[in-house]
Amino acid sequence: MRLERHPILEFVRGKRITFTFDGESIEAYEGETIAAALHAAGIRVLSRTRSGAPRGLFCAIGKCSSCLMTVDGIPNVRTCVTPIREGMVVESQRGPGKLNPVFRHRPHEAVCKEAEVVIVGAGPAGLSAAKVLLNHGIRPLVLDENPHLGGQLIKQTHKFFGSRAERAGTRGFSIADELVEEIEGEAEILRQARVLGLYCEDGRRVLAVAHAEKLLLVAAKDLVVATGAQERFLLFPGNHLPGVYGAGAVQTLMNVYGVKPGERALMVGAGNVGLIVSYQLLQAGVEVDAVVEAMPEIGGYHVHAAKIRRLGVPILTSHTVVRALGKERVEGAMIAQIDGKFEPIPGTERELAVDLICLAVGLNPSTRLLEQAGAQMGYVPELGGRVPLHSPLMETTVPGVYVAGDCAGIGEASTAMLEGELAAFSLLAKKRFEVREKIALVQRSLEKLRRGPFGERPRTGKEKVFTLMKEVAVG
Amino acid sequence: MAEFRRTGVLPLGKLEGKVPPRERLLRGPCATIECVEWIPCNPCEEVCPVGAITVGDPITNTPNLDFERCTGCGACVGTCPGLAIFLLDLSGGIARVTVPYELLPVPETGEVVELLSRAGEVLGQGKVTRTRRVGTTWIVTVELPAEQIFEVRAVRVCNG
Repeated sequence: MRLERHPILEFVRGKRITFTFDGESIEAYEGETIAAALHAAGIRVLSRTRSGAPRGLFCAIGKCSSCLMTVDGIPNVRTCVTPIREGMVVESQRGPGKLNPVFRHRPHEAVCKEAEVVIVGAGPAGLSAAKVLLNHGIRPLVLDENPHLGGQLIKQTHKFFGSRAERAGTRGFSIADELVEEIEGEAEILRQARVLGLYCEDGRRVLAVAHAEKLLLVAAKDLVVATGAQERFLLFPGNHLPGVYGAGAVQTLMNVYGVKPGERALMVGAGNVGLIVSYQLLQAGVEVDAVVEAMPEIGGYHVHAAKIRRLGVPILTSHTVVRALGKERVEGAMIAQIDGKFEPIPGTERELAVDLICLAVGLNPSTRLLEQAGAQMGYVPELGGRVPLHSPLMETTVPGVYVAGDCAGIGEASTAMLEGELAAFSLLAKKRFEVREKIALVQRSLEKLRRGPFGERPRTGKEKVFTLMKEVAVG
Repeated sequence: MAEFRRTGVLPLGKLEGKVPPRERLLRGPCATIECVEWIPCNPCEEVCPVGAITVGDPITNTPNLDFERCTGCGACVGTCPGLAIFLLDLSGGIARVTVPYELLPVPETGEVVELLSRAGEVLGQGKVTRTRRVGTTWIVTVELPAEQIFEVRAVRVCNG
């Protein structure tokens, strides 16, 4: 179901178009992704496994492969990041999908390209890096695999914390608009450009990019990797059912495409993401039956918890989801209280009649390109798992390859913007620009944002990364 | 662990010094800031036209409100990213609370709405006396029994 009215957002829809799903004709709007259009039409089962189990969306940002379908004869298309087009033939798959025998692959030469600086990822970190470079006369090539620029900012309807320098008080999607406006027309931007490989050898840095059905080979002098993060999954029976969605996917559906993700929701996780998305569900007219949190206390800011509590949403700490109910899609959720060892306490199970189970159980940095490039990694749980080692100036162990934002350790968008700026200034310093004062300023702002009890995790995590980095440099 | 970290509901005891005294409220509206954690945030300080709110350095300080200086204008109510600021008013023998409101439908002046506590309990009904927009956030003023002025922190449109 599409949302017509929203207290914060205005949905500007494109031209009405028609496509087919497994032979059935469906109406959609230009600008929607295939997955969003199907969801709006009430279709949640996108494909099936070999054994016939239903598969739906999970991440909605092209990272998890849960939404693969066959589109115009091409199997394994990520329908969550592929825009729908008039007359498209969309088919569900059973298993990995097969190439349509009629489909002929058109062989073509790779297109070669050079760029002084390439930025991978146009979220808050990448866009901020691009702006700093432009201000210093460098025109970066910005690549993003999504149809929209702005990363996860585009679905943030809440006003940001921080200070004015970090655009506090402005809603996330407006920050995305501002950042995009600052670089649009100036930087070279490729949307729906998926970086398939990054090769760093003998001082050369080459990216293999799939864009507009062509293979681009981009030789870059320097590189800022700002690839963000992917949502963690949670183990419980029924977690494969369509209707078990990542918090980010729920935001994408309702805040980017104006598609209601369900009617009644269970939120799993009371960190800031879980609390904020619960509030956003209420704003989209979705009932939230409960927020369950495995830890004995709420993880996020009290003010975010207070917003949903006073609207009547219970937050159940020391509780978890035990299983999802339903055959073809989520028809309910069993929750239970858990003991000190996170084991469900018998007799405390309770069934909730929800059609949506939203997982907000943390993020992992998206680091595959960096690993491929040979960047040394370290395991830092405070930053979400395996992260690329980097200096306080955001340079990795591969010279000329910088990182910023969630892929360098999970944080929030304000720190991602600052890290993007820092990576760019650091890169400029290597090119002998006089930016020492700017670097000191950004580092001070970062330090300010990481103060206080909520800043402890990222602060500790970053210290670990810098220490590991030093050891590598010495060793 | 503080109890509110488990429940998400602040007890009045946790708000000591944050609630304007009765004598102040008898003279007109005044803000109350229910922000008790050290989070990096200061738009309230920046937006206050009379300099009544101080966060200072570091930015993780909790805001301090000068009740005497506050004019009850509501700029901070519509600006606070945490939706944690409210206006209280006991002037003219009528009790009123002003809350930020980001849902649909937006209640109309004169409409009777449900009054909700910090824990989401329905405490009764009250009449909306004013709605206005501060930036991108609606703020709604509602009349209520004086004894509920320290309890009601949200409104809900009846049958909405």
